[in-house]
Amino acid sequence: MNQPLGKDDLARLIAADIPDGAYVNLGIGQPTSIAHYLNPDSGVILHTENGMLGMGEIVAADQADGDLTNAGKQPVTELPGAAYFHHADSFAMMRGGHLDVCVMGAFQVSADGDLANWHTGAADAIPAVGGAMDLAVGAKQVWVMMTLFTKGGEPKLVPSCSYPLTGKACVTRVYTEVATFHITPGGVRVADTYGITFEELAERLDVSLIRTQ
Amino acid sequence: MRTRVTDALTAVTEVRDGDTVLVGGFGMAGMPVELIDALIEHGAGDLTIVSNNAGNGDTGLAALLAAGRVRKMVCSFPRQADSWVFDGLYRAGKIELELVPQGDLAERMRAAGAGIGAFYCPTGVGTPIAEGRETRVIDGREYVLAYPIRGDVALIRAHRADRLGNLVYRKTARNFGPVMATAATLTIAQVSEIVEIGELDPENIVTPSIYVDRLVEAPR
Repeated sequence: MNQPLGKDDLARLIAADIPDGAYVNLGIGQPTSIAHYLNPDSGVILHTENGMLGMGEIVAADQADGDLTNAGKQPVTELPGAAYFHHADSFAMMRGGHLDVCVMGAFQVSADGDLANWHTGAADAIPAVGGAMDLAVGAKQVWVMMTLFTKGGEPKLVPSCSYPLTGKACVTRVYTEVATFHITPGGVRVADTYGITFEELAERLDVSLIRTQ
Repeated sequence: MRTRVTDALTAVTEVRDGDTVLVGGFGMAGMPVELIDALIEHGAGDLTIVSNNAGNGDTGLAALLAAGRVRKMVCSFPRQADSWVFDGLYRAGKIELELVPQGDLAERMRAAGAGIGAFYCPTGVGTPIAEGRETRVIDGREYVLAYPIRGDVALIRAHRADRLGNLVYRKTARNFGPVMATAATLTIAQVSEIVEIGELDPENIVTPSIYVDRLVEAPR
């Protein structure tokens, strides 16, 4: 592709990469939109940390059931085969390594896969961590969906995170509007680019990149 | 002791100034609004509240915060689009915040209810949450030590109960209810409907009556 991806295109791309039959947690914010692009025949089952497997679509206010929400507190539906459980079970499921993939947003990801997504560290900011630290250590694969640069043009894929960490060496993939990165033991591999060349990308990032042959 | 069925105000009369109160709910799902309203009327203050969020909108937990009864919030996710009551108190320095990862919050209360002295948890290793805490490497993986969170009182909302105090929940409103019910000295549950003993299928009971001390019917 020779255009940077829009948010919907990025969500569609991530949805297509989720393996059939996977148990998946989609973080609040942008990652929630990935659900919309999952193929209903894929057998992917969505986990929501407030206590449900088999979560369906977000619904309009007039169809809302106040007892049935996603992690972002938006009203959702239950799919056939859904299951409810309490919070300790929901996080045991996560920490116990039963969740195949989670997708979260991020402020920064380091070349080693460190994740920073809960606190900017700013003096007047009110920190909020939710389930991010549990997901970071628990899911078999932690994928990040984010813009590659801040509004000010600073890279968010960095040699080492300046923001407080959510988890260490946990991120395995980073999906951005201009490139998909795989964080491997051998380094950061550029799996795909959108509207930017490998050379331009390498020029704009402070992280050494491996080209996919 | 056998569960006592009461009105909301009677149920909360034993809450004391300075108590730690576990408050169920994830956002407003499972929030025991009628019990919180009774607690506001009862008047206990200087409370430490343990709940996932720090109030949404102006009702429920947010109303308790607005009434100035809370000294400290222990929660995982205070900052939300509709958490203006907490945000204002926090920025004015009128409330303490202890931030706990959501899974730790649940497991620490589970540990309290299950008689576990402490446990090693991988969550937060290498982050500011782990600073100053005991760590241990087990089978090559690093863990941090987490201690139980006990409540003097738990306020929870379930869907239906029988007169013995057995509880069933509804959808994702279950969230913290079953864990908090086990972790407090006095557990008070509000339910939409109380039915006769024998009317709930024993296979479907989520919280057995042994964990429930006071039961309040609040039809919705």
